[in-house]
Amino acid sequence: MFSSLKEKIGEVLLPGDEFVFESEDTIFLTDNVKPERPVCGPGLRQSGNRLVVSKSGVLRHKPPHTFWMDSQQWRYVPAKAETVIGIVTSKSGDIFKVDVGGSEQASLSYLAFEGATKRNRPNVQVGDLVFAQFTVANKDMEPELVCIDGSGRANGMGVFGGGGLLLKVSLGLVRRLLAPQSDIRSDLEQLFPCELVVGMNGRIWVRASTIQQTLIISNLLQSCDTLTAPQRREQFRKLQKGGL
Amino acid sequence: VSFLRRSKFEEGGMMEVSASNNVSLREFGCEQNLLSRPDGSASFVQGDTSVMAGVYGPAEVKVSKEIYDRATLEVLLQPKVGPAGVREQSQEQCVRETCEAALLLSLHPRSSLTLILQVLHDDGSLLSCCLNAACMALMDAGLSMSCLFCGVTCAIGADGDIIADPTAAQEKESRALMTFAIDSTERRVMMSSTKGSFSVQELQECVAVSQKASEKVFQFYRDSVRRRYSKNL
Repeated sequence: MFSSLKEKIGEVLLPGDEFVFESEDTIFLTDNVKPERPVCGPGLRQSGNRLVVSKSGVLRHKPPHTFWMDSQQWRYVPAKAETVIGIVTSKSGDIFKVDVGGSEQASLSYLAFEGATKRNRPNVQVGDLVFAQFTVANKDMEPELVCIDGSGRANGMGVFGGGGLLLKVSLGLVRRLLAPQSDIRSDLEQLFPCELVVGMNGRIWVRASTIQQTLIISNLLQSCDTLTAPQRREQFRKLQKGGL
Repeated sequence: VSFLRRSKFEEGGMMEVSASNNVSLREFGCEQNLLSRPDGSASFVQGDTSVMAGVYGPAEVKVSKEIYDRATLEVLLQPKVGPAGVREQSQEQCVRETCEAALLLSLHPRSSLTLILQVLHDDGSLLSCCLNAACMALMDAGLSMSCLFCGVTCAIGADGDIIADPTAAQEKESRALMTFAIDSTERRVMMSSTKGSFSVQELQECVAVSQKASEKVFQFYRDSVRRRYSKNL
């Protein structure tokens, strides 16, 4: 059904490239066959039976009919249910204003932490890092963050402790790190133990046992953006042999 | 007289090119993602003319400049020598109108997009080089666009022949100079900026030449982006 799309999977497409779907020629009254509609992810827009590419990148596919454009980007646009690392910029009344790297600052209520009540306020100061997820994130409204999941548990979210280093990387690298079978993560695991928090807004927080190791990992992660896979493995191998 | 107007060539996409016009453009060069601070950057080279573009956005916008249902696009053109003047402001307006037509601005209301163009060297066809660099930078920044656009400059010489992508020397000797922004989906003219005197027939011929030249530019865009993504795969 989506043959014209499927033959372009893995190819680089540009904004303005269009795909048209053929509609079914005959409709069988006896079958319960619903026409399949493609599910458009980021970078694709649908109007009627036409699918138009709106961002340059590589076309990806997940069966049965999900398509999206895998593009390289630095600027983050908030999206619902994504976990991000934010920096608290101000405290006004009952809410914190958090900078997530988007076009607007997000708001985080002080009650949206595990075990927080009106008497038991969370210990969050201006300048702290928080790991939170979006409950409201669309183009028309101010984004809202929470540090608890649906059942009220923290689930890894909340305020960061001291130490560590915050880096800014591209969104593509963050997605590669969070993918289920990630080469970069498995290469990192063989280096030395470290704590890594990956926010989908392109921010990564690293903490290893010594400052030198922390700096090595942060330099490696930042260079992963520009290195190809063989070059990256070469770098990792050099470091392992060097035994720093 | 240099003026700006919307194109009226609505009927049909391509127009006929007479056999005497050969569309030869100078050598292109392009690089994306070369600056570390902007969200998207590109440099475009046409012969000796070279322009670098940087894009920031969608970012925070001042309340006085915000638009409730779409993004606010600001274009800044810096010449190679001296401060920006009125000529740069009119070129900025040409680029801004083209970008606003191609970008999907309604996806980012109350945000700002800033496009900064720096002229590195001007050897003719400057406005079209700016348009090309702008399009590549907007693509590099990952902003949603409904179509791509490219700029093509045509000069009409004293003897009436049409030169596409003229050098500065050819521009100086020309009787008329025109720059068109062409879109990638239907090859229509999105913006035109003309200087000098010419007939309606000559204008139509120049539009046809530009549409033909735009195909080479779009193919070059495709090859550049393909080369860029092949590194990461």
